[in-house]
Amino acid sequence: MKKLTLRVAEITALSPLVKRFRLIHPDGAPLPLFSGGAHITVDMPEGDLIRRNSYSLVSNPYDGAGYEIAVRREDRGRGGSLYMHTRVSEGDLLTVSAPKNLFQLDLRARKHVLIAGGIGITPFLSQLHQLDILQQPYELHYAAHSRSEAAGLTLLPDAPHIHLHISEEGSRMDLGAILDGQPLGSHVYTCGPDGLIRAVADQAARLNWPTSAIHSEAFTAPPPGEPFEVTIASTGQHLRVGADQSLLEALEAAHVPVDYSCRGGACGRCETGVSACNGQILHHDHWLSPDEQASQTKIMPCMSRFKGARLELDL
Amino acid sequence: MPTVEFSPSIDSRPTYAPLKSHGSAPAIMVADTAGADALLDLMASDSAVTDKAQIVLIAPASDKLARMDLMVKTPVHTTPDLDTAGPLVRQLLSTARMGTQMYLAGSEGMMGALCALATACGLPMDAIQTEHRGTAARRMQCVHCKGITEDVTTDPFECSHCGLTLFVRDHFSRRIGAFQGVCVDAETPGLIPTTQEIRP
Repeated sequence: MKKLTLRVAEITALSPLVKRFRLIHPDGAPLPLFSGGAHITVDMPEGDLIRRNSYSLVSNPYDGAGYEIAVRREDRGRGGSLYMHTRVSEGDLLTVSAPKNLFQLDLRARKHVLIAGGIGITPFLSQLHQLDILQQPYELHYAAHSRSEAAGLTLLPDAPHIHLHISEEGSRMDLGAILDGQPLGSHVYTCGPDGLIRAVADQAARLNWPTSAIHSEAFTAPPPGEPFEVTIASTGQHLRVGADQSLLEALEAAHVPVDYSCRGGACGRCETGVSACNGQILHHDHWLSPDEQASQTKIMPCMSRFKGARLELDL
Repeated sequence: MPTVEFSPSIDSRPTYAPLKSHGSAPAIMVADTAGADALLDLMASDSAVTDKAQIVLIAPASDKLARMDLMVKTPVHTTPDLDTAGPLVRQLLSTARMGTQMYLAGSEGMMGALCALATACGLPMDAIQTEHRGTAARRMQCVHCKGITEDVTTDPFECSHCGLTLFVRDHFSRRIGAFQGVCVDAETPGLIPTTQEIRP
């Protein structure tokens, strides 16, 4: 996987919980361009452990002078965002992946309807640059609990097609009103909590929107949980997965090669067979179907955990 | 008319299935006279399917038009041919909203042309259902001169625009709504295989 070593040029607080990091090439060389909705994966080494979290790029996709990401501090997460908030300073070098995109705009659309919940605004910030350059019609609906939590607010233009829904101020988002009557060829994109993604998909289905016009990305990082053990079928090796470690990170630390891309349970690259399971896999991914999840024969090690007596991976 | 059984082919070749009601969702329905039977079957399976439907029949036989008129509350639009149906369907699509379903029934050429028109107007493919009825004739695009020859029933056939003898391929362009015809004697000018009737 192609890696870039970039310098942290600037850290800006966008809200009490969200910081923006601007990353540039140490020699000032231009960075690869990307497309709206793309993300990078940041390496966060801590002792023997390398955590890797993916963050959406919020800067202009056509500007190779630097990449910008916005990171929300999750005090109850497994430490990735805390690392970014407390351990990374301006001038530091960070190892990141080249940009990848699992949430690109469908450029056949006649109109784009973008729906963001909370920190889910991030992929749309780069998409707005692309939509403006392509001159494609869109409307953005951005829901947040309060104005101080709406980190994207400072990065959004004040325009009539950008709608803010602040629940604390009583202006909740009405998905029925947003989706009903959209012109033919509209596509809807949702990024935010699972509940919002499901609510948009349900509302669109009720209005007979075809599924090809409904897009979403969950912005989750791997959740922490209780430690557990796994066995590698080919070698009989036993690994312990720490509370603040993902299974994928534990495999990487033990030099068990597993392919990966998004590290957020969306892309499917790290799908791994389960050869024995005595217990319950805690599936946190968006890749396996409900049937596949229930069968307990596959696991997405980037996100999912295990509770029980024995989990053996087909590796 | 019985439904035509198509032989298995490459992925790009469109496949057809009986129309299934999407309930009372707004709909645009278009059929030729053979396809009108498929629309009548659809309406018989669920009368709500016509609640918010605009119906266009292309050159319908009078008995089919009369049966359709009895089934639906709104007037049925009729056009003498596909060329005149195009602007009418385009007009219906221009005021349609997301959630609109399209039901097409009849010949492959008509359905291919209207699918291409509808997707160009923004309607996603998965909002379009197609049921084949009637002729197995194909709408062919000459890959050399780009001209369209309608109602092709033989393989090879002569391009109605540039006159080349074209081999009938199963490669189908959804953007153009036509199968692709390729010069059959480019390597061996004049050596043309025996003309056969197109098999479905």
